[in-house]
Amino acid sequence: MDLEEQDAIRRVAESGARERMLVLLGTPTAGSTLMTALTLSQGDPSYAGPLAGIPLGLPSYHILEDGVREAIPPDVYDREIGPLEFVLDKAGIVTALEKVRTGTPSS
Amino acid sequence: MTTRPVIRAARFVLAHVPDLVYAGSKPRRETAARGRDVRAQIRSRLRTFREAVAYAPHQVMIGNQAPEALWDLPRPWHLHSPAEAPCEGPAGAVVDQPTFYAWLARADTARLIRFDEAFVAEAGPLVRGADLATASPDALRSAVASGAEPIGDPDGRGIGVLLPGHAQDESLAARVLLENLATKATGALALRRLLDGVAGDEPVDFLLGCGEEAVGDRYQRGGGNLAKAIGELAGIRTAGGADVKAFCAGPVHALIIAGSLVASGLHRRVVVVAGGSLAKLGMKFLGHLASGYPILEDVLAGVAIDVAGDDGRSPIINLDAAAVHRVGDGGAPHQMAAVLTQAPLRARGLRLSDVDRFAVELHNPDITEPAGAGDVPQRNYKMIAALAAQAAEIDREGIPAFVRRHGLPGFSPTQGHIPSAIPYLPHAIAGLTTGRCRRVQLIAKGSLFLGRMTEMADGASFLLERNAG
Repeated sequence: MDLEEQDAIRRVAESGARERMLVLLGTPTAGSTLMTALTLSQGDPSYAGPLAGIPLGLPSYHILEDGVREAIPPDVYDREIGPLEFVLDKAGIVTALEKVRTGTPSS
Repeated sequence: MTTRPVIRAARFVLAHVPDLVYAGSKPRRETAARGRDVRAQIRSRLRTFREAVAYAPHQVMIGNQAPEALWDLPRPWHLHSPAEAPCEGPAGAVVDQPTFYAWLARADTARLIRFDEAFVAEAGPLVRGADLATASPDALRSAVASGAEPIGDPDGRGIGVLLPGHAQDESLAARVLLENLATKATGALALRRLLDGVAGDEPVDFLLGCGEEAVGDRYQRGGGNLAKAIGELAGIRTAGGADVKAFCAGPVHALIIAGSLVASGLHRRVVVVAGGSLAKLGMKFLGHLASGYPILEDVLAGVAIDVAGDDGRSPIINLDAAAVHRVGDGGAPHQMAAVLTQAPLRARGLRLSDVDRFAVELHNPDITEPAGAGDVPQRNYKMIAALAAQAAEIDREGIPAFVRRHGLPGFSPTQGHIPSAIPYLPHAIAGLTTGRCRRVQLIAKGSLFLGRMTEMADGASFLLERNAG
């Protein structure tokens, strides 16, 4: 997640919309999922961006998670996501998100 | 009268030009930012001609080895080259720097190169017959100070300099012209090689250029028709020409158009031609240095592909199974793959598994991986396999086996339009004539968004089929 994106999300959250915000990720790997979800919940772990030390506490979900899939009409999901679930590491991505949710990202 | 178009042959020429790596866009920018030490680092890891020839992916490019041989060769491949290998093969040749320079000299119709007197004396037979303008070392240094581009290692011995085409025209700046001359020379090398080996007595009616370089002046920066200039340099007199521009997808678009021109009867023989990309030399050199690799992007690649009417033997371009990515099509990777691979097959009642081999962007992973770009062909093949899984042709566990059975390892130098499916053509022609293949699909994609005029990507594909005679 680049610095401009971090700043844009920080500004929206601080404008009073934080309670109505959640994050829907389309990140391609377990590692990028973990980094992005961590940044938007606990703050920038690299301490390099505008979210360093700012825990927005935003809940993150991934487009490949079963719960997300069930919320989307099947034909739309097929068209927009389709075979990507065969290509991407769905299990690793789901595990990464569980770590962020249970607060054990380093384990 | 209409005929079925066939691809009779494809030839590649790799010009090994280590002293021109410094003129690549990335090395040039890094040198400007960090000084001449960058060039010293590059110089310490340049390959010899013998090493470049023996490099297994290059042997695949010129047809001495099948691409599949690379599956079992440990990587990085440069650590597993034989001491010697032939510089010529059934699909082309690797030529050395002096040979390239001789062709560059002949390509300079505007007489903008000023050759080092010593180079001309040494080059002797290679440039015999060429009317070369020479200059003293002092005069060459002074020209560089006034905007000329050194040709060769700027800290060492070059062959001379290239003068700007115009004092105030950025499109004719010396470094731009060197890129264009390098493209013209390597395209002509490939074209000459094709015609020396394949039906040299049959006239070429039309040349379709499909490279990415912009040839023109300030009023028409990408004016084009490098195809005709390449034809002239290769000694062809019968052909007309024009260029097809579509970023890396250019060659496959051009082959579809060439096939259509032949099928319509407008032309009997069309050659699709492109030269190499000087700007891309050393593009990923930082990753190669960091990994302890040699500078692997040290060759300019030219290609010439012969499209003619049905000869009863050569594989057929099935225009009914040609596809293009349309403006309204989705641009996500799986959507592009579906449009370019699955849709044209379905229209013919075929499944993905009915294609023996898919030829996609065949970038050599040893070049791309150290720079963080991953294994491009494997990513593409995994996507095609995922489409096959989605269509229930295979199960999820069958994806790796599908990739191995229907895919290829990457082996092409990262020369932009060159890696896009076409390096497999010589092998596909062999497989579809003397081998056991029935169908090969060629799929190319282009990053149109790089030009800032659209956010779209592009793509094109066609099916090459065995000729039943």
